[in-house]
Amino acid sequence: MNNNKKKTVEYGKYGVLFIAPFFIVFLIFQFYPLLYTFYKSFMYDSKTGRNKVETLAGLGNYTNYVFGSAGGGEVWQAIAVTVVLWLLNFIPQILLSLLLAAWFTDNFNKLKGEGAYKVIMYMPNIITAATIAVLFYSLFDVNGSIKSLFVKLGWAPETGMLDHGLASFFIIAFIQFWMWYGNTMIVLIAGILGINPSLYEAAMVDGATSTQQFFQITIPLLKPILQFTMVTSAIGGLQMYDIPQLFNEGNPVIKVGGASVMSTRTIVMLIKTYINAGPGQNYGRASAYSVILFIITLIVSMVFYKLTDEKN
Amino acid sequence: METTAVGKKKTSGKKIFRYVICILLCILSLFPFYVLIINSTLESNVIKQGLHFLPGKYFFRNYAGLIAKTNATSSVSLWRALLNSLIVTVPTTLLQIYFASLTAYGLTVYNFKGKNFAWGFIYAIMMIPTQVSIVGLIKVCELTHMYGTFLPLILPAMAAPTTVYFMKQYMQTGLSVEIVEAARIDGAGEFRIFNTIGIPLIKPAMATQAIFAFVASWNNLYTPSILLATEQDKGTMPMFVESLKSNDKKRDFGQIYAGLFITVIPILVAYLFLSKYIVAGVALGGVKE
Repeated sequence: MNNNKKKTVEYGKYGVLFIAPFFIVFLIFQFYPLLYTFYKSFMYDSKTGRNKVETLAGLGNYTNYVFGSAGGGEVWQAIAVTVVLWLLNFIPQILLSLLLAAWFTDNFNKLKGEGAYKVIMYMPNIITAATIAVLFYSLFDVNGSIKSLFVKLGWAPETGMLDHGLASFFIIAFIQFWMWYGNTMIVLIAGILGINPSLYEAAMVDGATSTQQFFQITIPLLKPILQFTMVTSAIGGLQMYDIPQLFNEGNPVIKVGGASVMSTRTIVMLIKTYINAGPGQNYGRASAYSVILFIITLIVSMVFYKLTDEKN
Repeated sequence: METTAVGKKKTSGKKIFRYVICILLCILSLFPFYVLIINSTLESNVIKQGLHFLPGKYFFRNYAGLIAKTNATSSVSLWRALLNSLIVTVPTTLLQIYFASLTAYGLTVYNFKGKNFAWGFIYAIMMIPTQVSIVGLIKVCELTHMYGTFLPLILPAMAAPTTVYFMKQYMQTGLSVEIVEAARIDGAGEFRIFNTIGIPLIKPAMATQAIFAFVASWNNLYTPSILLATEQDKGTMPMFVESLKSNDKKRDFGQIYAGLFITVIPILVAYLFLSKYIVAGVALGGVKE
């Protein structure tokens, strides 16, 4: 007994050794950058010639740009755009995925070729988002193929859809939906197949219809997977960048209650405008916005961990 | 038996409806790529007229025009971008899979003080996106003189919490500690046991995770577009795609589609061969945006 314990402790140092590279790399490339971003959000950068001079801003970046008039509320607008874009793709995505998952796991009406459907519906997810964004840009451009078709059908005016605030907003939400519903469907099918079949057998003995089974067995038991899907999608959605950036750079404007809002500029796109080299570069401002995004992401993940804790 | 036969008859209309919807969705998934392929073989002026369903003979002219144009501008050339993406993606994938396995193995096979804390920590940081600390990452690159090199795109892969999480899940059933102990009696060193006995046992999980690590790195636009912004010749494939769009007032759609076609073909071909494993991996929840 004593000998055995000694042995475990002896080998234990290898455990520390084996996990050490992970933590060293994490500290250098993720933890320090996060701390530095927080630090930088309390600093001003002023340039004199080629030398950057850093001065203490205190809460200056927050009071000016996040809550003050110097930022014009752009960070909240960008967050609102990001969240609505996410909702607009996630709600239809989860509903369609649930419906398809129910169809593919319905033993009364077994559909043939389930594997082929999964492969095809998942495909847009694996293609480079940048390529997809430029593809849709080319299709919906003033001279694009789909745009020309829409004009012929009388669905769109001659003017560009890319510059139209609302049209491009919906197209981006559609692209996200189109890229992700196959992924969500596969996850949900796996979740439904993981439910104990004897529950369905018992329900069938009791004469429950497949609709009743779906709402009274499948949905409640699928709750943890639905929550997981929602939170990972929300966190991914908050970082949305590639599609709107390459589709139309977030440029078109819509009027919301008198204010002009860039209708497809997400929060990560906004942060990047202050990182790009040039006269607009402002690391303090970019950092303050990053901290806001971090806090929102943190709240979303904490909700998730709380939900999974309840399950356990 | 009888009841199922009746049930089948009654619901055949329902089944047809489901097939129709599924087939329409498949068409929706494939259609943009079909248009991409067709348009890459057409002349720009023809493309502007609307949708076409039959290929033309312009692909090689579009391709030659694209190559000539990227040579004339300062943006990265197509083949250089693909090469750069490989230079980044291959070591990223290998490091990510190897070190995630090593970390997960360390947490599975050994007992040591702080083990539970380390595991809880890895679980907790899974949800932190890298985008929020980009300003700090630029600083690290400046301090270590890695700005404008491929290294800051590759090295962070050694600490991939999600991959560690899935490797550890797999090891809990796929790796028996008894085999490790047997190897110890034979006098093998701990590190050698991991490499020669541990890795072969977890190979299926490593392969699945490698596919997703490769795809994520290959498709990544945000980090390289910031860390390689000053290095034109180091641009990766998604950055090349970005350049297809920008800096052209006289857009030649044939050239854009030809460029998109070449960036999309390697993935489509790989997907054709690996789709079974990829779909199975997604079902395990093995993918996260």
